[in-house]
Amino acid sequence: MGVLTTGQAVREALDLAMEMDERVFVAGEGVGTSIHKDPNMPTLGLLEKYGPRRVKDTPVSEAAIAGLAVGASSMGLLPVVEIMFFPFITLASDMLVNHAAKLRYLSGGKSSFPLTVRVKAGILSAGCQHSHNLEAWLAHSPGLKVVFPSTPADAKGLLLSAIFDPDPVVVIEEMPLYWMKGEVPEGDCRVPLGLARKVLPGTDCTVACYGGAVYTALQAADELSKKGVSLEILDLRSLVPFDRDALLDSVRKTGRLVVLHEATKFAGFGAEVAAIVVEEAFDALKAPIMRVAAPDIPVPFSPPLEEFYKPNPMMVVEAVRAVLEYGRKARGEHA
Amino acid sequence: MDAQKELKETFYKTMVLIRAFEEKVSALAQEGGRLPGMQILAVGQEAVAAGVVAALRPGDVLVTNHRSHGHLLARGADPNLLMAEIMGKKTGVGQGKSGTLHMAVPEVNALMTSTVVGAGPPLAVGAAFAQHYRSEPNITVVFFGDGAAAEGSVHEAMNLAGVWKLPVLFVCENNCWAGAQGLCEHCSTKNIAARGESYGMPGEQVDGNDVEAVHTLAARLADHCRKGHGPALIEALTYRMHGHGEYDRQHYVDKKELEQWSRRCPVKGFREKLLAGGLVAESEVQSMEQEAKSKVDAAVEFADQSPYPRPGEALKHVWAET
Repeated sequence: MGVLTTGQAVREALDLAMEMDERVFVAGEGVGTSIHKDPNMPTLGLLEKYGPRRVKDTPVSEAAIAGLAVGASSMGLLPVVEIMFFPFITLASDMLVNHAAKLRYLSGGKSSFPLTVRVKAGILSAGCQHSHNLEAWLAHSPGLKVVFPSTPADAKGLLLSAIFDPDPVVVIEEMPLYWMKGEVPEGDCRVPLGLARKVLPGTDCTVACYGGAVYTALQAADELSKKGVSLEILDLRSLVPFDRDALLDSVRKTGRLVVLHEATKFAGFGAEVAAIVVEEAFDALKAPIMRVAAPDIPVPFSPPLEEFYKPNPMMVVEAVRAVLEYGRKARGEHA
Repeated sequence: MDAQKELKETFYKTMVLIRAFEEKVSALAQEGGRLPGMQILAVGQEAVAAGVVAALRPGDVLVTNHRSHGHLLARGADPNLLMAEIMGKKTGVGQGKSGTLHMAVPEVNALMTSTVVGAGPPLAVGAAFAQHYRSEPNITVVFFGDGAAAEGSVHEAMNLAGVWKLPVLFVCENNCWAGAQGLCEHCSTKNIAARGESYGMPGEQVDGNDVEAVHTLAARLADHCRKGHGPALIEALTYRMHGHGEYDRQHYVDKKELEQWSRRCPVKGFREKLLAGGLVAESEVQSMEQEAKSKVDAAVEFADQSPYPRPGEALKHVWAET
């Protein structure tokens, strides 16, 4: 166990995978020589260590990058390609949605596409064409697995699992977390896909979230604990496959659910989370489910506008209070 | 038997098999409800499939598109399994998940097929990258149309293949039509092959209805790819004798133009050439034609007798079974 930043943890996963398995190669725009020389950037140093045969700087060609991954994986290689910013995944989306996700199905199960796409996400003072959380689009494409780590340990462990998984996996890395430190196990510390992580055990209300929103939830929990409210925080981290059991167990225990994400609210992934609970654990609910998410607008640039966009801990506190008060009001109690 | 004769016979056998197969699909498509969905045929383009595929080696990878029957049959795919897939049967190459539009046959290294126009080239770049990465002496050939040549993905793929000198043989089958739009309506020049120069690769046009010319060029450019000189581009000039799909009555096609191209039928033309050359006797040609017809009849019988998949099988093959 050592302390690493998320960026370093991602690099450790890439390094280890390349060291362990000759089939692994890395490709993308600036994955070899980058304009950044920050020690927290995930591909720094890989070119020097593995050379240009396995660390491939590509032209600015997202469709070709994703096609490279699909085609090379069909031949048994384990490509790890990078899409520089989340909105640019739209340029790669035909290769991911129509090919990575569907060619196995079309082949009647004969062909495999064990590729990994790392996509850099987050709200970065760069406006809406560099910041746009499209995880719900990806999760809505059967055949694609989607993970969204929030800690350095998960960034490493989920990426390792993704690389060696027989199906295509999109790993969403929130760039602002690249500089955040945490304990990371050494070696091949794979975190299985499809398992949520209980960040904080609690009794009064579950907050289901992922990515950087986990820290928003933690701040809200801190605030609420001062008022004697106990939050249970669940880091969903694997959106596809989804850990229904962890979610349902938690909601059955607390009876209340707030879903939190930095993506916009309408038709967001949170709607799916809420629907699963309504369909499968309606009787356990003591109050309606609330969603805390970004407003349905593109990510704005100006700092106060950007701050307005991003869900903050007070919004979570308010949502939890509303959920808790729902029952009390119904019973005629005072908060 | 000398190699020349054998090669010529292969050309003819391949072309008559493709023609017989597709004419059968066309006929079945006219029988209401017999074939589900739309059938997209390459009648008139047989020489491209036969000529290019004959220039490949077993280890080479083939990537094709929605107009794939000819490429797959030329590559040695089992007609029974193709016909079953076209009918949506469980015994088909994709167990009924694909239908005619995206049939891949990994058994003959026809690894990926996409009906998304222009998607083949990036997939081919990936396969060729793997060949290059492993220092294999193999190449990847990808077939696409003149319509696909307008897709950005094709340009991205050609550029990447050019930058990395990957062994991709790009084969543009210019059949003069993208849907109901003729070449001059959808293509900024009359020479798609000339784009090769923009991406650092040789690009050459060839008479796509002359199987020998196609083969000669494909063999030369396949060799270029195989020797590590990077990708190459062939533009085979041919004609889509049927509509875009079998429901398309070609109301927008000039009948004179169609008539002119039908006089240049690649199958009939090569038959005459074979006989005129005296290398093959009429009886031999007839027996090749009979053999093709028998294979196609057997394929229809196999497909007819095959069961449909059970509805629940729709849930299988999304994910790897672990």
